[in-house]
Amino acid sequence: MESTNAPAKPQFSEAAKAEIDRICKQYPAERRKSAMLPVLHIAQAEFGGWVAPEVQDLVAEVLGVKPIEVYEVSTFYTMFNLKPVGKHVLEICRTGPCQLRGSDELTAELERITGAKVGEGPSADGLFTLKEVECLAACGFAPVVQVREKYYEQLDTEESVNAMLSELRNMVHRPALPWEETGLPNAVANN
Amino acid sequence: MGRKLLTEHINVEGIDTLEVYRKHGGYRSVEKAIKTMTPDEVVEEVKKSGLRGRGGAGFPTGMKWSFLAKPEGVPRYLVCNADESEPGTFKDRQLMSKLPHLLIEGMITSSYALGANTSYIYIRGELLYVLRILEKAIAEAYAAGFLGKNILGSGYDLDLYVHPGGGAYICGEETALLESLEGKRGNPRNKPPFPAVQGLYARPTVVNNVESIAAVPVIVNDGGDEYAKIGIGRSTGTKLISACGHLNKPGIYEIELGVPVEEFIYSDEYCGGIWKGRDLKAVVAGGSSVPILPKELILKTAAGEPRLMTYESLSDGGFVTGTMLGSGGFIAMDETTCIVRNTWNFSRFYHHESCGQCSPCREGTGWLEKILHRIEHGHGTERDIDVLASVAKQIEGNTICPLGEAAAWPVSAAIRHFRDEFEWHIRHPQEATRPGVVYPGKAVLA
Repeated sequence: MESTNAPAKPQFSEAAKAEIDRICKQYPAERRKSAMLPVLHIAQAEFGGWVAPEVQDLVAEVLGVKPIEVYEVSTFYTMFNLKPVGKHVLEICRTGPCQLRGSDELTAELERITGAKVGEGPSADGLFTLKEVECLAACGFAPVVQVREKYYEQLDTEESVNAMLSELRNMVHRPALPWEETGLPNAVANN
Repeated sequence: MGRKLLTEHINVEGIDTLEVYRKHGGYRSVEKAIKTMTPDEVVEEVKKSGLRGRGGAGFPTGMKWSFLAKPEGVPRYLVCNADESEPGTFKDRQLMSKLPHLLIEGMITSSYALGANTSYIYIRGELLYVLRILEKAIAEAYAAGFLGKNILGSGYDLDLYVHPGGGAYICGEETALLESLEGKRGNPRNKPPFPAVQGLYARPTVVNNVESIAAVPVIVNDGGDEYAKIGIGRSTGTKLISACGHLNKPGIYEIELGVPVEEFIYSDEYCGGIWKGRDLKAVVAGGSSVPILPKELILKTAAGEPRLMTYESLSDGGFVTGTMLGSGGFIAMDETTCIVRNTWNFSRFYHHESCGQCSPCREGTGWLEKILHRIEHGHGTERDIDVLASVAKQIEGNTICPLGEAAAWPVSAAIRHFRDEFEWHIRHPQEATRPGVVYPGKAVLA
């Protein structure tokens, strides 16, 4: 197919469309906007771990709201990545209880090993984006990192950190979500 | 050993399935309530139980239920607040992921009591994996006839859904949560009107914490009076405590309200003492927003009485010498902890999580963070401590929601109890910023 400069308009997969339909039925028909956050989560999983402006426009279309109604939500909630990310986004908890059990040291170690810096773009190999987040509600198992839907806990030893990183390095596709048959290949956009 | 009303079966193999959960007495409260009680009788039992909101505010649940407006022909909602994000608190995540049917059972019985035909569990977005566990359990409950149309042949209908957040602490505030559930930014609403009158979609709504809802089945099964026999005074029943920080055995403990704090920290039944053989320095007993207390005041009240894990005992002495039970997020700090650093960390949290709606909070939390950052990094001035206290005071009471207080209290309390440590940071910046060096104690200042 001939390529053009205009980005192709993104489309949800059939599986995602079916899941969005199921979710929208949870709210009164005239309250379809209620599905905003769940649909944004689906969009982020579908389109490589972040929500580009055109993906947000698609969400607006699907929900029947104005694009600004999506933008004001996507910029308010910290789980939505507004810039391209590496294959894996490591969300490192930095709040008090994790800090007491070594989250600052963990962040430094992850920066050293991956070469990525917190708050900046992905590592040179495209594998890792590091993001510091606030309390993940796993304080008794600190320090904690979340990657997609999985919590990696008690990352206070070299072994536990290495085990997490090698699991992620060996992952070809992200884990499939309940309504999918397999993890989507576009989650590995950088490869 | 104290009684475990919620978590007795938490480690039973397969307890997350309806079949095993039923074998251990699950869903009895739904049968009892729907078949033998009127909705008002269920509300009455919850009132008698003395159950207080387990999310942190400690407001009597039965009373909150009785405020629900019931205009004819208008739907009303029960919304479960599973947006657990108060630093130090991780009980609801554990409860939902291991005992999903307990929350679902509580939701059904409570929805019946309130006359709600649609109910939502609003779970923080980070816990999408727990949302999957709950949705699976909900599907089982539908298949077994505990949800859907005409539950147990009673004519009562209920649909139950789980809704994810997107990573915003403020959505734990009930009106911000409702805004979020409507697909908007989580800006808390002005009150009144309260959710009991105009909540979700401007309909009458009750918002309750996971642990409060999870306590309803046992209250209905055993009766409110039985529940109220546990605990001390107005602190009835059991409470899940999330213990973290420098403890030998951090984790979730279900305690009968009234356990002495000292026993909770040091006994092997609970936290097993402070790690690495160190001494305890301070505790934040009820989630990051409640006042920090030094060791002497968390173990004993100012009057020298043993401090107990109850709403009343922890708040004995007011904010001068006491604190709050809050959400039960119990953060212990050992003698090597830098209080300035910890206070700065919490201020950074509240600054990050302020929704930005009210100026005192939006600007004030920013100043608290900036000033604490500069003290911690060796650039503090003598005036800074008073400026901090003054900023904190100006936030309090001047915001739409309690995030303002949540941001101000930890700073005011840290200065109240650890002022000498702040002064040491300001007067000895080189010493204070050297890695591994901690404030050595009052003697040095002399």
